Amino acid sequence: MKKLGKISALVAAATLSIAGSATAQDKIKIGVSYPTPTHAWAAGMNWHAEKAEERLEALYPDVDLILVNSPDPGAQASALEDLVSVHQIDALVVLPFESEPLTDPVLNVKKSGALITVVDRGLSQPGIEDIYVAGNNPELGRVSAQYMKTRLNEGDNIVVLRGIPTLIDNERFDAFMAEMEGSGVNILDHKHANWNRDDGFEVMQDFLSRFPDIDAVWAQDDDIAIGVVAALKQAGRDGDGMFVVGGAGMKETIKGIMDGNELVPVDVLYPPAMIATAMDVTVAAFKSNGPVAGRYILGATLITKDNAEQFYFPDSPF
Amino acid sequence: MTTSPKTRNFRIDFKTAGPAIALLILCVIGFLLNPAFISEGNITNLLTRSAFIGIIAVGATFVITAGGIDLSVGSMAAVIAGVMIIVMNGAVDTFGTGVTTVLIGCGCSIILGLGAGWVNGVLTTKGKIEAFIVTLGTMGIYRSLVTYFADGGTLSLNYDIRGTYRPVYYDSFFGLPIPVWVFIVVAICGWLLLNRTAFGRYCTAIGSNESVAQYSAIKVDRIKTLTFVIQGLCVSLATIIYVPRLGSASSSTGVLWELEAIAAVIIGGTVLKGGYGRIGGTILGALILTTIGNILNFTDMISNYLNGTMQGLIIIVAVWLQRGEWGRTKHKTE
Repeated sequence: MKKLGKISALVAAATLSIAGSATAQDKIKIGVSYPTPTHAWAAGMNWHAEKAEERLEALYPDVDLILVNSPDPGAQASALEDLVSVHQIDALVVLPFESEPLTDPVLNVKKSGALITVVDRGLSQPGIEDIYVAGNNPELGRVSAQYMKTRLNEGDNIVVLRGIPTLIDNERFDAFMAEMEGSGVNILDHKHANWNRDDGFEVMQDFLSRFPDIDAVWAQDDDIAIGVVAALKQAGRDGDGMFVVGGAGMKETIKGIMDGNELVPVDVLYPPAMIATAMDVTVAAFKSNGPVAGRYILGATLITKDNAEQFYFPDSPF
Repeated sequence: MTTSPKTRNFRIDFKTAGPAIALLILCVIGFLLNPAFISEGNITNLLTRSAFIGIIAVGATFVITAGGIDLSVGSMAAVIAGVMIIVMNGAVDTFGTGVTTVLIGCGCSIILGLGAGWVNGVLTTKGKIEAFIVTLGTMGIYRSLVTYFADGGTLSLNYDIRGTYRPVYYDSFFGLPIPVWVFIVVAICGWLLLNRTAFGRYCTAIGSNESVAQYSAIKVDRIKTLTFVIQGLCVSLATIIYVPRLGSASSSTGVLWELEAIAAVIIGGTVLKGGYGRIGGTILGALILTTIGNILNFTDMISNYLNGTMQGLIIIVAVWLQRGEWGRTKHKTE
């Protein structure tokens, strides 16, 4: 009992001091929560979030952005609770680890009165978020297919390497197949390469052994594309107008496009920088005289030699 | 039906040559699905690909024969690949982009492999922690270290060094790619060590019964630590031939290699609880695993989503074939 009393006294003191500090400064506090980067795309997102924090805090001295990353859905739920109880945030920008387990925690943040911006992965219940910012997976497939059609003729053969079997992968793939339909281009086969260079290399090696005539490859992702290119070069089948279309916007790929790489001539954007867009819009909700609530679906821009420069961030890890 | 002696021959064949027969059946299936399966290019790809898991699995055969297990090999390969790349990129300024830098990278890989294996071994023997827990711990540590070194992204080898180093993966020597030669040499050394030396017999003795081995004046701790060191060395050799392939390492490098290596060892006839090991079987096991993946890429008859199911089924059937119990029961019922 004695121990319990001590603890509750501590908690009371802590609560008091937090309340004290909160009233002392009337900054606009915005929490930004996303998964700990464990792959290149997420590392790029982390980098862009930090850049946006720097830029926005310099622009608006009364805005305080608090960046938190969490290694799993449970940790992210706790992080959201802390953002409310410790930091008393006025707004939350969140890229949920998984939709289902984080819907309730985000709802609780909303109940505290904070503005909610959800990035990329939607929640499992509609109507919680005020602002939604996301890339466009079906559009990525469609734009890739449209480019393929400009380069290929009836009777040409392509192979497709897919990501990890998930909804994202299905959306991209289905939209690609729908757009290719009726073009007369043969899609020889499609296999999962798990958004991974090693798998991209091995699957492409096997496609090359299996199909003597391939005219182009849709790799869907820049990491897979790197493996595909290595396999093409190994087999000496990287010439004759062969080309590979990836996706995401990795800096090495974009640099290659700027330098006129013929094997990977374009890329389709699925930008990790979307977190920065979400932070901008959320700050605008406090600063702009225009309304900002709504859904922002970013375009899956085709990156070519002409526009590559604006998507090139040499300092980003992705 | 069949006569009695014939049945016995049949059964014995399966018990000793189970993995070889499983591999042969797989190859026939592959050929029937697509004759391009036995093209020179595909066979070379298959062998080269098997080299990574195969080399690691040779090391795992020692650890498992001596009654241990190493779950950290995939993460270890990733972190060694990462550090190799960092070291080689850093050495460019002083040593240029020539062979020296590549040798420094390889040396660094071997030192790290031996060191990481030694840590696993000492924590298991002197620290008196189960190998499963020790290597589960180091697996997490190595995996997060490579993520940390890569800043969550991908570490890429300097483009010019890649030019120097590339032949180690892509070039051939007497018609066989260099990784396959490394695999062959490692396999022969492993076989000699396990079957023709006192060390190999000690491993088997410790795996069968550690206490008895102790009373027989075998230095159990030293031998067990050595098995982990051998495992570490094998991982570093596999990494040396892995890095020139794509010249990069990330947190997704070597994911699940530990389970593939263990599966290769068990398919090959080594007993998971220790006491009996077969290097030859391990090599066939590694080839079987790679062949399954290769065949699945050669056909669109099976839904992509069921790849894991096919792999699981073939692993179970391959082990079932070589355990041979089914033949005996059938014989009795006849």
